[in-house]
Order: sequence, then C-alpha cells, then structure tokens
Amino acid sequence: MDLRELYQEVILDHGKNPRNHRFPEPHNREGKGYNPLCGDRITLRLRLDGDRIADVGFLGQGCAISQASASTMTEAVKGKTMEEAADLFSKFHAMVMGEGDSDEDLDTLGKLAVFAGVREFPMRVKCATLGWHTLNHALGDDGTEARTE
Amino acid sequence: MSQASTAMTSDVRFDVKRARADFPAAHQEVHGKPLAYLDSAASTLKPQVVIDEVADAYSRDSANIHRAVHLLSQRATMRFEEAREKARAFLNARRAAEIIFTRGTTESVNLVAQSWARTFLHQGDEVVVTELEHHSNIVPWQIVCQQVGAELVVVPMTDRGEITVEAFASCLTPRTRLVAMAHVSNALGTVLPVEELTALAHERGAVVLLDGAQAVAHVPVDVQALDCDFYAFSAHKLYGPTGVGVLYGRERLLEGMPPYQGGGDMIRSVTFEETLYNDLPYKFEAGTPNIAGAIGLGAAIDYFTSWDLAAVHAHEEELLRYGTEALTSIDGLRLVGTAQDKVSVLSFVMDQAHPHDIGTIVDAEGVAIRTGHHCAQPVMAHYGIAATSRASIGIYNTTDDIDALVRALGRVKEMFG
Repeated sequence: MDLRELYQEVILDHGKNPRNHRFPEPHNREGKGYNPLCGDRITLRLRLDGDRIADVGFLGQGCAISQASASTMTEAVKGKTMEEAADLFSKFHAMVMGEGDSDEDLDTLGKLAVFAGVREFPMRVKCATLGWHTLNHALGDDGTEARTE
Repeated sequence: MSQASTAMTSDVRFDVKRARADFPAAHQEVHGKPLAYLDSAASTLKPQVVIDEVADAYSRDSANIHRAVHLLSQRATMRFEEAREKARAFLNARRAAEIIFTRGTTESVNLVAQSWARTFLHQGDEVVVTELEHHSNIVPWQIVCQQVGAELVVVPMTDRGEITVEAFASCLTPRTRLVAMAHVSNALGTVLPVEELTALAHERGAVVLLDGAQAVAHVPVDVQALDCDFYAFSAHKLYGPTGVGVLYGRERLLEGMPPYQGGGDMIRSVTFEETLYNDLPYKFEAGTPNIAGAIGLGAAIDYFTSWDLAAVHAHEEELLRYGTEALTSIDGLRLVGTAQDKVSVLSFVMDQAHPHDIGTIVDAEGVAIRTGHHCAQPVMAHYGIAATSRASIGIYNTTDDIDALVRALGRVKEMFG
C-alpha cells in the first residue's frame, strides 16, 4: 500500500494551509457538515449570484483529507453554476468510490484528481466527501446538517 | 501504576511468547508488515481454544437449550449452564442465578435502565454518571430519565482524567437513587476508585451499577468485595466471542424487577389471561440466546484464568510504563488521560497530524490502533478535541508492538512534520 498515492503533495499542502478558509461576506447560503465517525465538523458559507457561486469559504477542523478536499473544492466551484458544481461532485464521488474515472472525467476534475488514491482507502471516503456533502447541503439549504453517513 | 496490580503481586514471570502463540490472528501480515495489534480496548483477539470451543458447540451440540429431551439439547444446555457457573466464579457472585447472559455490556446496562430504573425511579429522582463514561453508560440513562422525569447528574473529571472521591461525593444528594459508572475508562484507561465510591453511594441508599467492559481483562473483579449491585461486561473484551456478555445483579434486586423482554424461556406458563414469569436468571433471558457465544465466553474465562492473573496484570503494567515513556519522548505528542491509577490504554494527540491521518499511516505500517472519539464524546469535549489516537494493550502484546507503533509514528512525522 503506497501512502503517497493517498497523501499527495497537493493534499498535504491544502491540508496544512487550506484555501478559502474564511467566510465570504456577504453570504446567502450556509451548510454544516458532520462526520460522526471522527467527530469532525465544518461550516461552509457561500454567496450565490443567480445560480452562480460567486464566493465560497469554510471553517472547521479535521484530518488532512477532509480539510484538503474542502479546500480544493472551494477553489474548483468558485465561479461555477450550481449545475456545474453538482456535476463535479458526481464525478468526484464516482472517482473516490472507484466507480469509474474516464480520462475525460479526470480532465474535468483537474486538480481534484489528486484524490483518486482515496478509492484504495474505503474508510477515508467520508473524509474526502465531507466538504462536498456540506456544499450540497448549502445549495439545497433544507436547514438540516449534512452528514457523511 | 495500578493499585489493583500492585496490591496483587506475583513472583511468576508472565510468558508472553507462549500467550501470543495462542492467538492465531496475532500471527499475520497486514499491508506486507507483521501485525502489531494495539486495539484490544475495542475488541481483543481470540485464542484458539475459544475459537475451537465455539466451533465445537456448533459441530456437536447444535441444538436449542432448556427445551427438548433429546441428547443434543441436553448437552447444549449443560454447556450453557456451565458457562454461567464459570462467569459466576469469575466475578465471585454468590449464585449462578445472579448471572444473566446478554448481548454485551450495552444490553446489560439497558436491561437495568429499562427494568430497574424505569420501574423504581420517579419524577425528580437523580441518576449519577461520570464525565468519562462510554456512550453506552450515558444514553440508556438519558432515555429512562426522560421516561420517568428523573435528572441525570454528571460527576466532573479532573484534567488527568480522574474521578475524585470529593467530586463524586459532592454530586450525591438525598434524591440520588442510582449511580452508574465505569470501573475502567475505555477512552483514557483510568481505574476508578469504585469500591470507595460504591460505599459512599450506598450510604445514600443509592443502587450502583459498574460498567466493567474495560476492566475485566485488566484488573481483578470481585462483585462481593466491590459490593456493587450490578456489574456489566462483554465477552469480546475478555478474549471471548462478540455478541455475548453478562449482567451480574444482586439477587434481591433482580427478584423485584419486571422482565426486560417478553418471549420464550422467560415464562413459567402463558395463557391469554395471565403469564407467570420464570425464575432467575431465565426471567431476563427471553428468546434463544447466543448459546455458542456463551459457551465461548466460558472457554475464554477458563483460558484467561488459567494464567496467573497477577502476572498478567504486572506484564501489562510494565508494557504501559514502557509505552508511556516511549510515546512521551516523541516531540509534539501529548498523552490524553494521565491518571495515577491507569491500565491498558494510551490515548494521545499529535501536533503534526489528525488522529484519522495517524490511523491510516500507522495501519500501512501494520499497526492497528483506534482513532476517533471512542464513543466517549463528553471526554473529547472536556479536552476540547474531536478525537484521539488510542493504543491499547492485551495479554499477547510485547515491547515489539510498542516499538512498531513508535516507528510508525515516526512515519507520521516524516509525512506531516
């Protein structure tokens, strides 16, 4: 088992220094995420301009995988429409679950493709998707907390 | 380190090599590295004699108990009841009727909550637990407190993870009806001064339940000496099978309690007008139990007690001392839970990495530890953390396992330092 497949430099970097680690002001959506497995929590806020994510940021504590995933996600979805963000999540999810990652999908995912190694670590899929579930929750905004299980 | 162990000294040198040879799961490679199993506080490995006994129960005496007159059923019944007697002797209970087989510690606690507490607690009564409890010794009491309108009172712990007699005493009031506390903390390894605390609770007329899940494999247990009213433990933390455990209850209290579940085996006669309940302990054992599991528990008790237990405890104490020194010499590592009287558990956090990253990295090095909140979120909240990494010791562990952990933590620092 090669740990470097999981802990790629990009992940270690974003884990240590998460980007968009602040709340955008003003904001009009909020999502809260909780991983019952480890007790990690994050809060994500974003400013939706029409159906476009004008700005997004998050605060919270967690492992390198969950922090790096949330960090790279905020970079990836900023400026995207809700539909484009949802499409990224479904491709990201398929990749970390090992359910198909065509070259075309990996191209679309760009930097997010560094998380492909997570598929070899099923216990860590929830860490890698916490930020995404929280984003989903913020966009749906049904007032409940997003959970990884 | 542990009063319990030093109180019972032994001149016998514990032969850990021989013990380790008894556990087939200890001898395997994970991710190409020899396994260092340091997660016994979650579940112990099983010795071959226990595995064989469970297999034999199914291969030979595969029948229901307390029912048929045929030979297989007789033999299964006999072995099941022999296991009860072994559990009685292990806990030093007065009578086998005081030993109830359950699914484990959790069900044992729920049984007392729903049968004793729900019947005898009233509005305004108080149930005392401690801050270091496992969720399974918190939530059943929250549920019953809601049902009857009782209050849950929490004894605070010190920053070392200890429950002091003073803090405990100050939580007792004339309304205290029940005290439920761990004998040993699963998250921190703290041994509570349960004998003294039980005596204090009894002075107030309160009933005392001890959660012994984390204690039975690591400290001597004698329910008469402890003078507790209920004692709960699980087989799988005592080198036995999962899905089976024991509730010890004082006979006088058990007699006065209504059944926990209704069903077969717990009745003497049933009509649609009236049902007469069976005698102890069967009144609390509705339905076909985990027969092979109970027989396996009996084998686990036989196995465990075949060792000089004072020597086992001394061996574990020595390993804990070795591990404490090795871990505290790592830069950026902080032990969580530093009670004076402590067994088996080394819980820690590292500046460099989150417990889940630590867990994944040391797993790749063949080292199995638990990472997370250990089903004790109030303990985590006390320290202002979400999770810890926890290494825990069993009868088969050696200093090699601790060394493997230390090397693996070096890898963590390489990656995250």
